[in-house]
Amino acid sequence: MSGLTRRAALLVYLVPLVFLAVFFLYPLLSLFDLSLRPDGALDLSAFARLMSTDYYVGTLVFTVYQAMVSTIATLALALPCAFVFARYQFRGRSLLLSLATLPFVLPTVVVALAFAVVLGDGGLLNDLLRTLFSLDYSPVQLERTLTLIIIVHVFYNFAIALRIITSYWSSVGFATEEAARSLGARELDLWRDIRLPLIRPAMLSAAVLVFIFCFTSFGVVLILGGIRFATLEVQIYYQAVSIFNLPLAAALSLVQIVAMLAMLIVYTGTQRRLQVGLASRAAIVRKPRTATQRAMISACVILIAGLLFTPLLALIWRSLFLTGRLDLSGYTGLVERSRASLLFIAPLEAVFNSLRFAVMAMTAAFVLGLIASHMINRKGRWSRYSDPLFMLPLATSAVTLGFGFIIALDEPPLNLRSSWLIIPVSHTLVALPFVIRSVLPSLRAVPPSLGEAARVLGARPLTRLLTIDAPLVSRGLVVGATFAFMVSMGEFGASLFVAQRESVTIPVVIYRLIGDPGLSSYRQALAMSVILMLVCAGGFLMIERLRAAGVAEF
Amino acid sequence: MLEIENVSHAYGDLVSLNRVSLRVGSGEIVCLLGPSGCGKTTLLRIVAGLEAAAEGAIRFAGVDLAGAPAHRRNFGLMFQDFALFPHMNVADNIAYGLRRRGESKRVIAREVESLLARVGLPGMRARDVAALSGGQQQRVALARSLAPRPRLLMLDEPLGSLDAQLRDQLALELRQIIKDQGLSAIYVTHDHREAYAVADKIAVMNIGAVEQVATPQSLYRKPKTAFVAMFLGMRNIFGAGQGDFAARLLSALECGRAEARAVLIHPSGIAFGTTTEDRSLCLDGALVGAVFRGDYYDVNVSLDCGASLYFPSPTLPVEFGAETPVRVAKDALIALDG
Repeated sequence: MSGLTRRAALLVYLVPLVFLAVFFLYPLLSLFDLSLRPDGALDLSAFARLMSTDYYVGTLVFTVYQAMVSTIATLALALPCAFVFARYQFRGRSLLLSLATLPFVLPTVVVALAFAVVLGDGGLLNDLLRTLFSLDYSPVQLERTLTLIIIVHVFYNFAIALRIITSYWSSVGFATEEAARSLGARELDLWRDIRLPLIRPAMLSAAVLVFIFCFTSFGVVLILGGIRFATLEVQIYYQAVSIFNLPLAAALSLVQIVAMLAMLIVYTGTQRRLQVGLASRAAIVRKPRTATQRAMISACVILIAGLLFTPLLALIWRSLFLTGRLDLSGYTGLVERSRASLLFIAPLEAVFNSLRFAVMAMTAAFVLGLIASHMINRKGRWSRYSDPLFMLPLATSAVTLGFGFIIALDEPPLNLRSSWLIIPVSHTLVALPFVIRSVLPSLRAVPPSLGEAARVLGARPLTRLLTIDAPLVSRGLVVGATFAFMVSMGEFGASLFVAQRESVTIPVVIYRLIGDPGLSSYRQALAMSVILMLVCAGGFLMIERLRAAGVAEF
Repeated sequence: MLEIENVSHAYGDLVSLNRVSLRVGSGEIVCLLGPSGCGKTTLLRIVAGLEAAAEGAIRFAGVDLAGAPAHRRNFGLMFQDFALFPHMNVADNIAYGLRRRGESKRVIAREVESLLARVGLPGMRARDVAALSGGQQQRVALARSLAPRPRLLMLDEPLGSLDAQLRDQLALELRQIIKDQGLSAIYVTHDHREAYAVADKIAVMNIGAVEQVATPQSLYRKPKTAFVAMFLGMRNIFGAGQGDFAARLLSALECGRAEARAVLIHPSGIAFGTTTEDRSLCLDGALVGAVFRGDYYDVNVSLDCGASLYFPSPTLPVEFGAETPVRVAKDALIALDG
């Protein structure tokens, strides 16, 4: 490479670094500043209040408590299913394993609403029980309970735990188990001596990851729990937006960031341990032999299909048959501006907003992610520091990001507070790690010898890029771009902070509509949720089909 | 001791064992020899109780084992990749079977110590198994399968993942240890040299069936089928379809069996030069290939009739391409069944 192109390359590398510095590090530092020096001098009174007020300590305790219960429930359900998946071959096994990941890409507002539709006071389950037993009350009272929040957390995180444990279990194989059986171990001994100790690294890794997700859960808790079940995230939002106590919100954000970093360090540690262990032959999945084994598989399939599809199908059903007969007014009402007092714009305009922002965020995240991936993929110091640097936005909750934006970017030279631009920028930031994690594996999979071979055969740099690299990494690029698009479509936490009246997105509108008591608002919320869900499911199917070729690290 | 009778097994539509019968006598080491996919590992897993046979019976000391789960059979099984428990140290691995039988701590400690000494790993009790070399892991795996004093020891390619040099040495040690314990054993391998070294009796398997059972010596001297001969590395096989030469060989077989469909010329009975004995055949050809093996050459002579002969020779009497006579001892002609 000549000196000129090297300097040009460095300039290009600066673009994502500057973006990260301006839109991530600067808002974060502003948050620190606000929490530690609210009036220009070091002042820790916000922290003192935080730690001495039972209410805020309670928020902290509750955040940890709900995350812990959710994690235990998720693992308790995922462990037996992982056993079945790692061990037995049955029809639809890989399809089910891949479909189980669908919740991962579904926006929180959609999922929260879907579960309210199934398990709420006027939900389908209560309808069914009332009709079956001729009751005049709703027997299932889950609205505004911790139980409902935990059920939704299980829905979200089940597949993550399932995938981590299943793939690890398959890779350690079952030879040790057979060795133990030949040495006289019975079924109970196998669980105690072999299976559980062997998969402990995977269990630990899954547990930490699920805990992190539940710890930072925002949309689900806000919609299903309300302020009574405020987690740290909800409390930050409430303090900043509802009572405008910015120093306290900033102090809470700081607590959140520190907790996240600590958990991520633990998570990285558990991941490293996943890679150790004796090499073993490839996994052997067997056909079930006994009736017990077949029953286990059936139970697993029913559980996953039920957990996965019931709420989503119920949502579609409700959006069409809210009062018992086909009624499309939820969908047709989307074009009307009649809800002006509530939304200021017609819901359909929010759909356009979402699409517009998603295309912008996708483009920006794609370009920045491609440059960043290229930079990370270089040998040496660049890689070591830039990889964790670009993953930082993933470790920062969306609410913290949104909050950082409104306090940092509200004055010249960067006054984006009242510009719609702030939304695609925030979405780009959230989507960037996903793009990098999708592109990087395919970049790494291109052996340097291919480029060298092309060079020896007379290909110039641009020709090499177009004929060798681009075709080989294209799958990863498409997966990354799709991820970015979906992340932007479903993003809720940051958007709720930064969206202006005219620039609201679909998830924000759904949230506002749910809060409105009117039946037609509810209908429109259902209709919009269905639209958003279908968009995300479509993107998901595309990613899964490409992922069959082994791209993406998720 | 162990009787395998007409055992069949299939993976879905794929028949992996077809009416296999075999006996393992008391204190006898039987090798199952065959290419991968011939069903030898499946047979081993069925005997161990890890796999169920579709038909047939397995009896041990006259008792039918149908329905006896693996953990009740007290058969030792040593796995190809050892299957050591990675979360336990050496001593805990070896002690596992003893603990399942509820032995006292004192007995277990004593047994582990003596087994470690027996397999040549004294003082390695507390080592992490992941930190051991391949050969050491193999010894731990052997000690672990010996610990509960199994009635029958089964070894599934126990040397398969080791390098060639270590393999030769450990094969002999394995045989010695098994013989010292007076154990009956089934030993699975695809390497005929390993089988020669370890076995009292070899059962050669091909696509789910046993082709021949014999001692290593008689298997080498008298392979029964073309498959067995080829699997033992013998290449001078001439089928009935190969014209005059095969017909001439068949007729040269003194007690030529009518049903023989092919003839093997055993490589040990071929040499350069003419002969004065009338019990030999004399053939003309040219030296077309020779591979130096140290103590001998593997040579290839192309006969004038078109056939090729492969045999070991201590010297090369002529240059490449030169004409040379070759003599074949008559007892080197062996009739094969198909």
